[in-house]
Parts: sequence; C-alpha cells; structure tokens
Amino acid sequence: MNSVPLNLHQHRRSALLATTLIALVLLVLPLVAQWLGPAWVRTFAFAALYVMLALGLNIVVGFAGLLDLGYIAFYAVGAYTFALLASPHLTENFPSIAQAFPGGLHVPIWASIPLGAAIAAGFGVLLGAPVLKLRGDYLAIVTLGFGEIIRIFLNNLNEPINLTNGPQGITLIDPVRLGPLRFDHTVSLLGLQLTSLQLYYYLFTVLALLCVLVCVRLQDSRIGRAWMAIREDEIAAKAMGINVRNIKLLAFGLGATFGGVSGSMFAAFQGFVSPESFSLMESVIVLSMIVLGGLGHIPGVILGAVMLSVFPEFLRHTVGPLQMQLFGRIVVDTEVLRMLLYGVALVIIMLYRPKGLWPAPQHGVAPASAPPSAAQPQTGA
Amino acid sequence: MGSLDTFVQQVFNGLVLGSLYALIALGYTMVYGIVNLINFAHGDVLMVGALTALSVIALAQAMAPGASGWVLMIVGMLAAIPVCVLLSLLIERVAYRPLRNAPRLAPLITAIGVSILLQTLAMIIWGRNHLTFPQLLSSEPITIGPATATATKLLVIALSAIIMVALLLLVQYTRLGRAMRATAENARVAALMGVNPNAVIAATFAIGAALAAVAGVMYASLYSVAHFYMGFIPGLKAFTAAVLGGIGNIPGAMLGGILLGLIEALGAGYIDQISNGVFGSNYQDVFAFIVLCAVLILRPSGLLGERVADRA
Amino acid sequence: MARNLLLHVRGLSKRFGGLQALEEVGISIERQQIYGLIGPNGAGKTTFFNVVTGLVRPDTGIFELDGRAYEPTSVHRVAAAGIARTFQNIRLFPDMTALENVMVGRHVRTHCGALASVLRTLAVRTEELGIRQRSRELLEYVGIGHLGHLQARTLSYGDQRRLEIARALATDPKLLALDEPAAGMNATEKLALRKLLERIRSDGITILLIEHDVKLVMGLCDQVSVLDEGRIIKEGTPAQVQHDPAVIEAYLGRAHVPA
Repeated sequence: MNSVPLNLHQHRRSALLATTLIALVLLVLPLVAQWLGPAWVRTFAFAALYVMLALGLNIVVGFAGLLDLGYIAFYAVGAYTFALLASPHLTENFPSIAQAFPGGLHVPIWASIPLGAAIAAGFGVLLGAPVLKLRGDYLAIVTLGFGEIIRIFLNNLNEPINLTNGPQGITLIDPVRLGPLRFDHTVSLLGLQLTSLQLYYYLFTVLALLCVLVCVRLQDSRIGRAWMAIREDEIAAKAMGINVRNIKLLAFGLGATFGGVSGSMFAAFQGFVSPESFSLMESVIVLSMIVLGGLGHIPGVILGAVMLSVFPEFLRHTVGPLQMQLFGRIVVDTEVLRMLLYGVALVIIMLYRPKGLWPAPQHGVAPASAPPSAAQPQTGA
Repeated sequence: MGSLDTFVQQVFNGLVLGSLYALIALGYTMVYGIVNLINFAHGDVLMVGALTALSVIALAQAMAPGASGWVLMIVGMLAAIPVCVLLSLLIERVAYRPLRNAPRLAPLITAIGVSILLQTLAMIIWGRNHLTFPQLLSSEPITIGPATATATKLLVIALSAIIMVALLLLVQYTRLGRAMRATAENARVAALMGVNPNAVIAATFAIGAALAAVAGVMYASLYSVAHFYMGFIPGLKAFTAAVLGGIGNIPGAMLGGILLGLIEALGAGYIDQISNGVFGSNYQDVFAFIVLCAVLILRPSGLLGERVADRA
Repeated sequence: MARNLLLHVRGLSKRFGGLQALEEVGISIERQQIYGLIGPNGAGKTTFFNVVTGLVRPDTGIFELDGRAYEPTSVHRVAAAGIARTFQNIRLFPDMTALENVMVGRHVRTHCGALASVLRTLAVRTEELGIRQRSRELLEYVGIGHLGHLQARTLSYGDQRRLEIARALATDPKLLALDEPAAGMNATEKLALRKLLERIRSDGITILLIEHDVKLVMGLCDQVSVLDEGRIIKEGTPAQVQHDPAVIEAYLGRAHVPA
C-alpha cells in the first residue's frame, strides 16, 4: 500500500463529488427530457435497460472471456416468463389454470422477477454446461445456434399446446405495480406529476445502478480475479486450483440472470412480447455496446450502452428531416441507419481501437529502467 | 410402396440441399483452414451474389426479352461471380488482414460487423422486401424413378458435382493448390519456400466467394426468392456442414454438406410422424442447429478430422 | 519404508501415437527432499510433470500423494490436493500485477463465493485482507516485494520466474514442482534461486525440479532420477548419478564413457 493518506482523502472527495453529480443528473434527466418530448424519456428508459443487458454480457465476455452470441435468449426467457405470469395468455388457453386463478394470473413483481431471473439462470447453466469447454470461436457459434433455437421455439410453440402464442406474441402484460402505484398511469409524487415513462425510467435506473454495484463488487473479488486469470491463461489458472468449468458456468449463469431481470422489465414496460424482439441482431447490438465502450471495463460498458441506444434515436430525429430537406425523400431508412451504425462500430473499433473507447486504465506502470522481458508469458490457447 | 417413394424423394431433396451446403461450406472450410477465421460474412457474400444476379437478369430480360432461361442463368452467374470475388477480396484486405495476428476473438467480432455492413448495404440497394427470383428454367417435373425433380434441382446437383471435382483437382494437382495446402499447414515455412501467403490467402477467399456466388444464384432459383437476410441461415448451416466434416478439410466440407442436406430433408420429412404431430416441418432449421451443437460438443474435430494451421 | 514418502509414482506409461513418451516410470520422493529429474532433451521430463499434475492423462500408473492415492485427471483437483507447479515457458497472467498473480494463487485455499462477494460480508472483507497480506508476504519471501504493483509482463525474466514460484507457493502446496526454474538465469540469479529453494525446503515444502544445469542440480538436490527416452535409467544421490556410465552415455554418447 503506497498511497499517502492525503492523496486518499483527495481521491475520496473527488469520487464523492463525481457520484453526487451523476446522481443529480440521473434524477433530473427525465424531467428535462419530458420537456424535449416523451419519446426521449422512453429512450433513456431503454438506455437503462440496455445498460443492464450490457453489464450482464460484460460479465460473460468481458470478465470471463467467453464470446456469447446468443445472449438475447436469456432476455427472451425473462421476458416470456414474466409475460406468462402476468397476462391473460395462460388463463385464456388453459382452462385448468383459469380455474386455479379465477381472478387471472397477476403474479406480483417481487415473485415474477426472481422467477424470471432464476429460469433464465437455469437456462444459462443448462446451455453453458456442455459448451464452455469449447474454444472461443466455436463457443460463439454454438451460443449463436442456441439463441436461434430458442427463437424458433418461441415462434412455433403455439401448437399443439399454445405456450408462447407463436409469432403474434403475448399481449396485455401487466405493468409494474409497487404497492398502490401502477406504472402505466401518471402518478403524483412529491408534488410532481410523473408519467408512466418517467416512472419506468427511475425504476430501470435504480436497477441498473444495482447491477453496477454487483459488477463492481464481483470484479474486485476472488471470483473476479479467477475470471481474469482464466481470460489470461486458462491452463495456468487451472494449475492454481481454479475450477475453470464451474467459474465459467458461474459467469454464464450470472450473465443470464442479468438478462432475465432485464427481460422481465422489458415485458412489463412494453406490455407485449413477440419473438421478433429477440433476434440475433439484438445479441449483436449488445455485443457492439460492450465492444465499443470497452470490454471488461464497467464505465466503458455503460458508456457504450448509452451511446448505442441514444445515438440512433438522435439520428432518427435529425437524419430523417435532413434527408427530406436534401433529397426530398428518405433515402436511407433510420432502421437501416441504426444497423449501419452497429456494423461500422464493430469493424472500426476492432481495427483501430480494439480495447474500446474507454478501456480499463493499464495498471502497473513499468519502471523506467525495466529491461524487456526475455520470455513473453504465453496466453492460453 | 408409398413410404419408399417418399424416402427416395426425401433423399433426392437432401442431395439437392446438400450440394448447396457443400458449395458454401467449402468457402468456410478453406478460409478457416488457412487463417483460422470463421468468415461470418460468407453467407452475406452469397446474398450479394444472388441479388446481383437478380438485378442483372432483370436488366438482361429487359434488353433481350426472348432470351432463354439457361442463357439468363449463365449471365446471372457470370455477373455474380466477379462481384462476389471482388467484394470478398476487399473484405479480406480491409477488415481481416490487419487483424491476422490479433487475439482470436477480434477477427470474429470484425467479421460479424462486416456481415451487418453487407446486410445494410443490401438493404439500401435492394430494399428490405423479399424480391422474387424468376423461374428461369422450366418447372416441368422430371421423373427419375420414384422421385420427381425439376431442371433447377438437377442443375444444382450437376453443377455442384462438377465444381467440387474441379476444386479437388485444383487443390491436389496445381501449383496454387499446393501453395494453399502448404500455407494452410504452416504459413511461415511456406513463405520460406517462396509462397506469397497474402496472395494465397486472397486466392482462397476468392475461390470461396466464387463458389458462394454460384450457390447464391442456385439457392435463389430454388426458393424463388432473394432478400438482404437470405444469407444468414444457409451460411450458418453450411458452417455446420464444414464442422461436421472436419473444419479445414475440403473433402470433409463436401461430405458434411451432403450429409447435412440429407439429415435436414429426412428430418423435415419425417418429423411429423416421429413426434406425433407435435413438431412440424416449420422446425426444419432447428435440425441444422442441433447438428451444429451436437458436433461441436461431442466431436468438434468432425467426421474426417480437422486440418487447421499450426499455431506457430 | 514408504512411511515418509510424499510422492510415490509407480508404473507410469504414456504413449502419444507412435511415440512411447514414458514407460514404466516410477519416482519416490521423501518429505522435505529436494528431488531432481534430469535427462537429455526430449526424454519426457515435462510430459512426466504434465501427467503428475493432471494436464495429461496417463495410460497406466499409480499415484500417491502424502500416503493417499490420487487420480491425476483434473488439474485443479491436483492443485487442491497439494501439488503446485511452474511452467517451462513461464505462464504468468501477463496483464495482472505481480501481487494479483499471487492473489490468484490463494484462490484454492479460500472460499468466498459470488453471493458473499456481492454482499461484501464481514467474512469476505476479512478473507480479502488475509489474501492480500499473505500475497505480499510471499512476494517478499521470493525477493520481489517491491515489485508487487507492476504488471507481470513488465518484470524482468528472473523476476518473472520468482513471481511464478511465489504464485505456486500461494497455493500452500505440499509438493512444489518446478519445470526448469533456472533456465536463462545467470550465475548470480542461480545462486539466489538455490538459496530460495533451500529456504522453501527448510520451511517444510518438498521440491521436485526438472533442470538442465548439472552444477545446480548436483549442489542442490538430495536425490536425482535420470530419464532417458521415457525410461528411468538411474536413481540415486547426485554423486552416484554423475559417474554412472549409463547416464554419461545417455547425455554424451558411448564414446565418452570412461573405460
């Protein structure tokens, strides 16, 4: 420990200042955004949701080094679980359930969120167990395959028993309810009128902050070090007694849990879910967020998530009218533009700034007189 | 009686599908064998080939309305091939070559990005809707024993067979083929022997792209449709076929392709009966994915064994 | 007779395709011995290490550590049982600091899981302090206490080797298996290494090492086994082994055997 107490004090003070500033901005943001237009509040709410997703995928890809291209499947599982537990779908299609729940299925969120998370985690462990020993690119493809399989099942499990309602999806999902507060109404709180969108924004931001806390604590823990060791040299990690398979599974399961929680919130927010929202492109979007921001670096991941969820919306509001002015018509659809953005982000970042826009600061500065190491430590195959 | 006929028909369908998968799989396997990269964008090169052919054929039809279907088909392929080859060379040069020595996941992530860029490009040029690919060859059924075929299906099988034989001859007996095999085994040593690895790698990408172009045109002809997302599923299935046969292994890709086609056709044909109506043929794509997961988990080296570069 | 044996291996054989890498190899290491395994290049020494530590599965063989039989099939379980190793080509975690490298070594003897870490319970905080403390002590012990905050990839070759030993020691091993720890070191560094290994031994840890430096081995080891083409051709004290004609022939060829 070579930090002088005085430096520590200054460090603590500036950290406190930064935290208060950020907290203030987050608190006030939806109120300001409302003035710009409710669509912006919705954007920021989604940004918070994407932050959760990105943090979850970061545990898998950034911390543990496992490229998962089917991550969105866990989001889907969480969303559909919540949808099934809090909508008329099951009671309408299964008379036995309708009898058991005469008032309809309205599982409260303190039960449905943990359930969604648990089921997603279960899928994570189930899917992860056989594949985590594969080498990087094969793991990526297998997880991609799993993601697609789940999407196909969601799209087709409407016969012979209607579990998922196929391509039409499940509608009329209950909104979030905290005690007497229903999140789909405007609410009077502390003298302010808070719209439904603003309520969801606050909820998601709080959840996202919790996710950040969990990630920070994990990163600096025994488990976090084990993940990093596995990432750097799997064989050496094993030789040090790390049960690589279980630790990888833990990362996979935790990432799935984050996905499951976000999925539940998405279902409540949107009010309906359909297989369309859970395509490969969505997995790739989350991946581009963490790659752009800074793989493995929590602030970077948050930055990437916010950038790639807010910027396309910004484009939609500016490029559309701009094209109308310049060309008299929309040459490039904003949806296409959004996809273009993600593709470009991935390629440009990998070619020119592979560590991301905000990578982890290199810790352990080399001493001025250090000779170059004669033998480079090998990285795991 | 009836069931044997169905069986033979499904086998035939499987051969048609499998031939296509084999052609596409060759692109994946050759590239992986030589640079240890899953060319995620390969399926999208196929898509560009199909859509290019579509546009050129439409143009040709407008200019020479009486042209025969065969001529149009050839024109389409001849247009698609150079476009795909050039595109593939560009991608290799700009996106993959700089990352040749980067940690393994970087080129894969870049490949995903390139795939998205190609899809976006296609969306801009050809729009987002499904376009109809014209029926160029006659759709009159041709009976071969108990199976019914069309001219297109027979073309697929015949053309694929010819191309695969040609490729095997190229790889085995030509200077380029020897250079490809040498570079695939150990690029550094091959370079010491006078082989230009960059040129060989570029040639590998080019050949794969040409095969994808032909496969794309035939795929679009078979299903009468072309659109910006059409490359994803056949691409993934063809990669499955490549792994099934043994990644890097050229005969393996051919075998894997045919096998996967058969598995898919027979599976889709019989799944209704096997599952008592629970799962229908709309689950067809799942077969390929299940095969993929099964192969990667149970026998990642594939049926004929991998042939990948020594990581020097 | 086997009362004081820490590691007892019998009948170890391993074939790689057409090559019989190890044939009926046996080794008996007593507690707190420094045991040397030498032999010409390609004799199978590292393969032997890899089998004993669970990296490579043997065809046959019986393995006992500290009187208890063990199956060397799982690398991390072997480490947990008490065998720690270093690698011929140094396998540190390059982007982690020296201190963090050693802290990873403590993983197998600590047990706070994900939930506890997230909740930052008292147990977790205590354990983390303990891990950090012990890791710092180990860095001091091997002589690089002042380099803890530096990235492992930036350390000098000799310091990296010492770091690898510190990391292995962090697992509280009964047997420390070192694969060519002196490779690439100059005379001063070798002397320091020898002192370190003797100190480790006197602190209760048994050492098995592969080495090419004959002088180091002769001066340091209590017992030596010579491996040639997969077979043990001689075991005994360094003095016995040094003058054995079979050993000389294996290293230098028949012409050099004194008549």
